[in-house]
Amino acid sequence: MGKRVLLIEDEPNIIEAISFILSRDGWEVDTHANGTDAVDKVNRRQPDLVILDVMLPGRSGFDILKELRANAPTAGLPVLMLTARGQTKDRETAQALGASRFMTKPFSNAEVLESVRALAAGVQAQG
Amino acid sequence: MGILNVLVTVSLAYVLFLFTVAFFADRSAARGRAKWLQSPLIYTLSLSIYCTAWTFYGAVGYAARSGVEFLTIYLGPSIVMIGWWWTLRKLVRIGRSQRVTSIADLISSRFGKSNSLAVVVTVIAVVGTTPYIALQLQSVTLALEAFAGDVAKTSGGPSATTLWLAAGLALFTVLFGTRNLDANERHDGVVMAIAVEAVVKLVALVAVGLFVIWGIGGGVGPTLERISQSDIARWDVSGGRWMGLMFLSASAVLTLPRMFQVLVVENEDERHLATASWAFPAYLMLMSLFVVPIAVIGLEHMPEGANPDLFVLTLPLSEGQNTLAMLSFLGGFSSATSMVIVAAIALSTMVSNHIVMPIWLSAQGSTAIVAGDVRHVVLLSRRLSIMGVLTLGYLYHHTTGGGEALASIGLISFAGVAQTLPALLGGIFWRGATRIGALCGMVVGFVAWAYTLFMPSFGPEVFLSDEFLRNGPMGIGWLRPQALFGISQGDPLVHSIIWSMSLNALAFFVGSLVSFPTPLERLQGAQFVNVFDHSTRPGSWSRGMAEAEDLLVMAQRILGPSEAQSLFRSEAASQGITGYLPETTPEFLQRLEREMAGSVGAATAHAMIGQILGRASVTVEDLMAVADETAQIMEYSNQLEAKSAELTRTARQLRAANEKLTQMSVQKDAFLSQISHELRTPMTSIRAFSEILRDGGLDEAALAKYAGIIHDEAIRLTRLLDDLLDLSVLENGQVSLNERIGRLGDVLDQAEAAAGIENSRLRVVRSRVREDLVLYTDLDRLAQVFINLISNALKYCDAKRPRLEIAVRDLGDNLAIDFVDNGGGIPTASQDVIFEKFSRVGSDQAAGGAGLGLAICREIVHRLGGTVSYLPGQGGAAFRVLLPMTVVRQNRGS
Repeated sequence: MGKRVLLIEDEPNIIEAISFILSRDGWEVDTHANGTDAVDKVNRRQPDLVILDVMLPGRSGFDILKELRANAPTAGLPVLMLTARGQTKDRETAQALGASRFMTKPFSNAEVLESVRALAAGVQAQG
Repeated sequence: MGILNVLVTVSLAYVLFLFTVAFFADRSAARGRAKWLQSPLIYTLSLSIYCTAWTFYGAVGYAARSGVEFLTIYLGPSIVMIGWWWTLRKLVRIGRSQRVTSIADLISSRFGKSNSLAVVVTVIAVVGTTPYIALQLQSVTLALEAFAGDVAKTSGGPSATTLWLAAGLALFTVLFGTRNLDANERHDGVVMAIAVEAVVKLVALVAVGLFVIWGIGGGVGPTLERISQSDIARWDVSGGRWMGLMFLSASAVLTLPRMFQVLVVENEDERHLATASWAFPAYLMLMSLFVVPIAVIGLEHMPEGANPDLFVLTLPLSEGQNTLAMLSFLGGFSSATSMVIVAAIALSTMVSNHIVMPIWLSAQGSTAIVAGDVRHVVLLSRRLSIMGVLTLGYLYHHTTGGGEALASIGLISFAGVAQTLPALLGGIFWRGATRIGALCGMVVGFVAWAYTLFMPSFGPEVFLSDEFLRNGPMGIGWLRPQALFGISQGDPLVHSIIWSMSLNALAFFVGSLVSFPTPLERLQGAQFVNVFDHSTRPGSWSRGMAEAEDLLVMAQRILGPSEAQSLFRSEAASQGITGYLPETTPEFLQRLEREMAGSVGAATAHAMIGQILGRASVTVEDLMAVADETAQIMEYSNQLEAKSAELTRTARQLRAANEKLTQMSVQKDAFLSQISHELRTPMTSIRAFSEILRDGGLDEAALAKYAGIIHDEAIRLTRLLDDLLDLSVLENGQVSLNERIGRLGDVLDQAEAAAGIENSRLRVVRSRVREDLVLYTDLDRLAQVFINLISNALKYCDAKRPRLEIAVRDLGDNLAIDFVDNGGGIPTASQDVIFEKFSRVGSDQAAGGAGLGLAICREIVHRLGGTVSYLPGQGGAAFRVLLPMTVVRQNRGS
């Protein structure tokens, strides 16, 4: 049974790359390219895991994470944050807001897979 | 009969001689060859007008009646002269620095150039001097009678003689006293004639004295013997009367208009006072030396009932010494005429300047320059005043019938004019003295004098009834004129002096304390009292709207055209201006006012200039400018203000700089994340797809697609690096422009194509006709700017139907190319920073620009000689590229 991942990212080529990697590993990948209605999308699709970019058009990834954590249904949703800025400040902000994992671009494909798998397993272990 | 004819002939010859002296003195003074005229000797001799006919004839009479008391009349002035350093020096300095023309002018100047004060002083002076002039006329008439015996009666009587005398003196005074009107108000001819007369009267009196001692008395020893046997030698001195008389004569030297005229107004050099301080008392001593012998011998030799006032004349006559008697007559004549002439000049100056001219000016309406030739009017008014003064003297003589003893008339006059003394001395020594105080003092003193001395002096039933004199008005005893408050002194003169002077001084003091001085009064007060500290000029005019031309027109009418023109010309020359119209600086206005004051008086001159300047008095600002301390304070305060303003400015600049720095710091941080993001994003795709390719197992299509992505992202990275490099080069000014001819429309077409408009939703609206311009500039760089701006619209215009209007406008000096889209525009807060490097509005990343585009645009347009800016309020994002018109080579459309 394939797990569903929602990828929220605005860079088309990165969407393409991550979708390809996860699909090949058996994940069902859903994508969303802006920040404005990202939370709605999460609530609607109810993915098992969210990959969230920080710099999104319309709304920052941090804001989206904050809202997800504030809402009961998504409070425990595994969220893997991606950022291209790679500053420690971003990492700290992400952890404080309750990101499950944090990755800096550019990443290796194996790293992404490993993270997604670990997060999904963690959820299963809890559930 | 024969002797009278000779006498008249001699007198006329003498007068003619005086005319000649005065005429040549005036001439040589006018030619500037008058150094000898300005010697201390002439000055001292001119002071001898103090010794009038009263002294010449009357002193002997006085001695015959009252013994050595007559000496007080000489002691008072001697004390004042010897103590010149304290009072006279100050008066003369003030007189010179303020160009004072009379005592009325001085007091008026001191108390804020108040004309009402001048009028009061003038009235006092006229009333006080008129009996004195009458006295001179009477003395000459009496002398003539003594010669003529009964003959005078047949030739028309003494009254006719007096009339002719008065007319003759008026003529002489008019001729020499009003020949010219100059700022110094000096009369060299008259002064010279007076000096000659001073010598004549001294010689005459000494000659009579010598004759009396050796010719009649039989030598010094026997004469002294006779003197010691006579009553005169009895030292019968009343302390109060002596003090009173000395006080009177001392104050007379300062306050008598004629004495003020020669002492202060005619003074050429302050140092002359030093000589006069011993020479004048010496002169007085010589004049008084023979008074007692003549009186004693006269009393012995002359018949009972002979008038002792005429002993000087009748003694030689009775001894048959006709020539000596004639010399004596000339001495008395000299004394009388010199006094009358100077008094008439002094009084006429006052009457003319303070009464006639103000009335005439106000009758002329307010504008001094429209009026006719003021100079002419001033002279006329002076002449009429002289005649008026002499007429008054004659009328007084005629009315009183010449019954009084000469000496008492003199003393009454002294007491009258002494009423100006408190105001005069208070004015130059006490800064607290005010106009009100001076006015109160003089009026009160004058009234007291008139009530207690002047009116009773006419005897009962002239002004005051006998009943009034004895029992007071309406029987109120304590108001009796000669015994105020029931205090009968026994001596009406001393009684009057004490009451009038103490009431005067009290009113002056109290009036000054309770009233408040005007600004001008304060200024003048400071200048008078501290005249030695700063001889700056009074009542400064601040440089206003005064038209130099108006002033010249007025000055010509007062000073005379040639004098006024040379004054204006020299002033202009000293300012480095050619022509007749200098800058109306405060210094020049003061100088002009001073010159005019000589003709029309300080108050009037001040008022006339004030009219032209458009204001009537000195303002607070003027006072501040004059007062040193205040000026310094102002200066300091100005500096502080300037400093404070500078500090405020600096603080504002610092605050602005700080804000900018803070903003730049924020931007720098933002840039670092931005550049990181911009580099890492393509890197991410490249890394991810290269790993996918490396893993293998892809079909042909996917392989091609992923390799394409890697390729695109590598190009994107390259472009970013190119932009950074480009900007760096532009910013460092290392770029070289490749200028060439091209059409603006073509450049825009090229930019549109390069931005990829064709395959986008953005609709571009252009006016091809306006774009039909040929430019000479770096067309590639210009295209780069246009591409950036079009791309921005493409990327950021968030309208449903995005539309970009490109409009070309001719703004005269500049060519404007506007790029206006119909999107949301840029928030006001961000408009300032969009041209900064790596700035991007919000976190909008959609098009993946690095935020360098507009920074590059700005640098390029700057290199091309123009500017690019954001145009707010256009309904969307709007950018304006301004290029100088110089890049436009040809307008094909026209």
